[in-house]
Amino acid sequence: MKTTSFRLALTGLATGLVLATAAVSARAAEGGPKPPQQKWSFSGPLGTFDRAQLQRGFKVVKEVCANCHAMNLGNAVRMRNLSQPGGPEFTPGQVAALAATYQVTDGPNDQGEMFQRPGRPADTFPAPFPNEQAARAANGGAYPPDLSVLAKARTYERGFPKFIFDIFTQYQEQGPDYIVALLNGYTKPPEGMTLLPGQNFNTYMPGHLIAMPQPLQDGQVEYPKGPDGKPQVPETIHQYAEDVAAFLVWMAEPHMEARKRLGFQVMIFLAIFAGLLYYTKKKIWARMPDGSPAH
Amino acid sequence: MSGHSSYVPKTGIERWLDARLPIVRLAHDTAVSYPVPRNLNYLWTFGGILAFMLAAQIVTGIILAMHYTPHATLAFASVEHIMRDVNFGWLLRYLHSNGASMFFVAVYVHIFRGIYYGSYKAPREVLWILGVVIFLLMMATAFMGYVLPWGQMSFWGATVITNLFSALPVIGETIVTFLWGGYSVDNPTLNRFFSLHYLLPFMIAGVVVLHIWALHVVGQNNPTGVEVKNVQKDTVPFTPYATIKDIFGMVCFIFVFSYFVFYQPNFMGHADNYIPANPAVTPSHIVPEWYFLPFYAILRAIPDKLGGVLAMGSAIVVLAFLPWIDTSKVKSMSYRPIARQLFWAFLAVCIGLGYLGAMPAEGGYVTASQIFTVLYFGFFVALALVGIFEKPRPLPSSIADSVLANIKGASGVQLATAAAEPNVKG
Amino acid sequence: MAHATETTGTTRRDFLMLATGAAGAVGTAAVIVPLISQLAPDAQVIAAGAPMDVDLGPIAEGQAIKLFWRGKLIFVRHRTKKEIDEALAVDIATLRDPQTDQQRTKPGHEQFLIIYGNCTHLGCVPLGNAPGDPKGDYDGWFCPCHGSHYDSSGRIRRGPAPLNLPVPPYAFTADTKIKIG
Repeated sequence: MKTTSFRLALTGLATGLVLATAAVSARAAEGGPKPPQQKWSFSGPLGTFDRAQLQRGFKVVKEVCANCHAMNLGNAVRMRNLSQPGGPEFTPGQVAALAATYQVTDGPNDQGEMFQRPGRPADTFPAPFPNEQAARAANGGAYPPDLSVLAKARTYERGFPKFIFDIFTQYQEQGPDYIVALLNGYTKPPEGMTLLPGQNFNTYMPGHLIAMPQPLQDGQVEYPKGPDGKPQVPETIHQYAEDVAAFLVWMAEPHMEARKRLGFQVMIFLAIFAGLLYYTKKKIWARMPDGSPAH
Repeated sequence: MSGHSSYVPKTGIERWLDARLPIVRLAHDTAVSYPVPRNLNYLWTFGGILAFMLAAQIVTGIILAMHYTPHATLAFASVEHIMRDVNFGWLLRYLHSNGASMFFVAVYVHIFRGIYYGSYKAPREVLWILGVVIFLLMMATAFMGYVLPWGQMSFWGATVITNLFSALPVIGETIVTFLWGGYSVDNPTLNRFFSLHYLLPFMIAGVVVLHIWALHVVGQNNPTGVEVKNVQKDTVPFTPYATIKDIFGMVCFIFVFSYFVFYQPNFMGHADNYIPANPAVTPSHIVPEWYFLPFYAILRAIPDKLGGVLAMGSAIVVLAFLPWIDTSKVKSMSYRPIARQLFWAFLAVCIGLGYLGAMPAEGGYVTASQIFTVLYFGFFVALALVGIFEKPRPLPSSIADSVLANIKGASGVQLATAAAEPNVKG
Repeated sequence: MAHATETTGTTRRDFLMLATGAAGAVGTAAVIVPLISQLAPDAQVIAAGAPMDVDLGPIAEGQAIKLFWRGKLIFVRHRTKKEIDEALAVDIATLRDPQTDQQRTKPGHEQFLIIYGNCTHLGCVPLGNAPGDPKGDYDGWFCPCHGSHYDSSGRIRRGPAPLNLPVPPYAFTADTKIKIG
């Protein structure tokens, strides 16, 4: 009897494992290439954003991405966020000057009319298109997604057992890795594949067909110069892509630094508290009320 | 054990209150003098952990409701507003969303502990059934809560799960329309889900009171499954013994909880839920939250709409009948060689179903889900049969005996100190 | 907890209990911080109060309008000569909240009185802006909730309100244009 049930248990476990492995290999085959993992300053328990990188990323977003992509989903992101701690940390003066370069629709005024005024830090970034239909009409029917939380809204399948390891390695940069891969993933379509007008081939886009044409070129955006008169980082597609992705991560999770910092304090406190409780518990359990020993 | 109360009011005010509303006596009897089997292991701390999680979810939830807007066009934005602008809003929201997952982690440990040690058996059937009721209420609450951010997974989760009811013959369609408050999942649905999401936790709290009441009538089970025979020898007072142990277990649990909140806050969520709800596009691969995956796999295993819904429902409801399905007289599977193997197989099947629930419903996954669904229900059949012929190992004569057997060989010094100071309560 | 015969063991245990208890108290207190802090105005509310331009030109003599700035109600009244004279004639020693009319207006623009529009008693909106409204016994405003009378300078004269209607921060940017905030 015992052997029967034991065998049953083993069969159950074995079936599970076999299926799991089969499943993983099947998905790995169908899913296309995985985005390569980049090195991020903000990964890991002590990660912080690189201010200069966020500022560069914002420059690329402002000059390139924002021509088609809005950043005002639910009015969540405001220009004032650019000067708050833990972000690109532009000065409030820089943000006010930046905001004033935008014309913002306000109103209605006393005559009941909407009017234009210079932007303020408390405003959202004006969207490139008034609504989704206008955005689609201008982009061949495709809607450029809002960038506000995009870095958290994009991912790729990690698969078993990687996703278990991710708990311990704290790998959670699927979003920015995917964005970098996508921005660098434009290639010629494979032989025999013809693209319709408005379609582009991208290695990392699910299904490979993407409406967005390759947005970045080497040297397209001018980066701040160092003391030697040369840009401090290369003005390449890859560098642009990393900077944009870093900026998008911050925009999607603006309190990440505060979260990790507070987390560190909380974890240390809990470890000490748990230690104290453990010894207190041992002390208490060393004496039973009737004098007999505990286990 | 509902023995005599050992509470002695000391001051005049306590005596005055005790004669009118013996609430201090109630607290004393439930949380101080209540006798706890002395051999409980750390799996028993999960009851306290669950109480803590319920309280934590209610507190963070009430606060989130102060900043959240239950409207189809504003819900997503208000969640982002909480994450960005509200002081510590990101913390409260991550505590609440990860708290739901941790709540289920704890409840699954609690349930499987109950199954392993036979905690559902007489005289604890009602206690167990109340637990199943709490589990059902938790599922409903968690599901409705997941709808509130009004992301893509919220919307499509709500669509898929409410559509389950359309499988019911004749009245199905009407029920679904009434659930929705319209002809599709829309603003009225979100509004009522918010209302119910706020209500249900208090219903859970109510059933928890009954659950604890039932527990205090029949007393706690323990790893040997042998009932308390001598309160003096077999038990210790709840305070300080169980209190300190529960708090220690709780803090360890909070450590893991905090790890996710601060370092992996979106690990247990779905990226798609950061895309606002769009009734025109279904995400390519929709899955429920991880804690529903085994049941979701059972649902998809049956190639018939009504059949799938019934199978899924039965998978939960069958738990309520465990006290009568299990035919063995012995509670703890520690003493049941065959049932114990079945238990581990069942656990493996549940994890396997969870994995399959996360995979797309195609090809080999469907077949595997069907096999695992049969195995899931097979466990209950096997448990019923095994009890008839299984020959359990000899049980210890009492809890105290099993404890003493375990510490055979403990140092004499320890025995001496323990004997020297019989009263630890100062 | 103390036990006379076991001094060292007791001290150690006491210290352990004390440390554990203290850590628990600190942890609980720390948890309360975010729970309370979230009640404070959030970043969006704080950021929303940008200065506001208002053109007073269209307000005819004797008329009053209502505005909102930072969610607070503001009255702007274009006072008549009679109202200004009444406000100036008051002996401020008799006032509950002594303030001269000059302190409450801008020099050269005395005809415009700009004040917050919520009664200093319990926050109701006093009547006196619309043409048919009761203006109280002092040609200013009358609060219908609990009967406070304000004069034509918005100062409390009678009733339960303790203070004058406060003047918001503002400045004239042109003859009839102001910037509030």
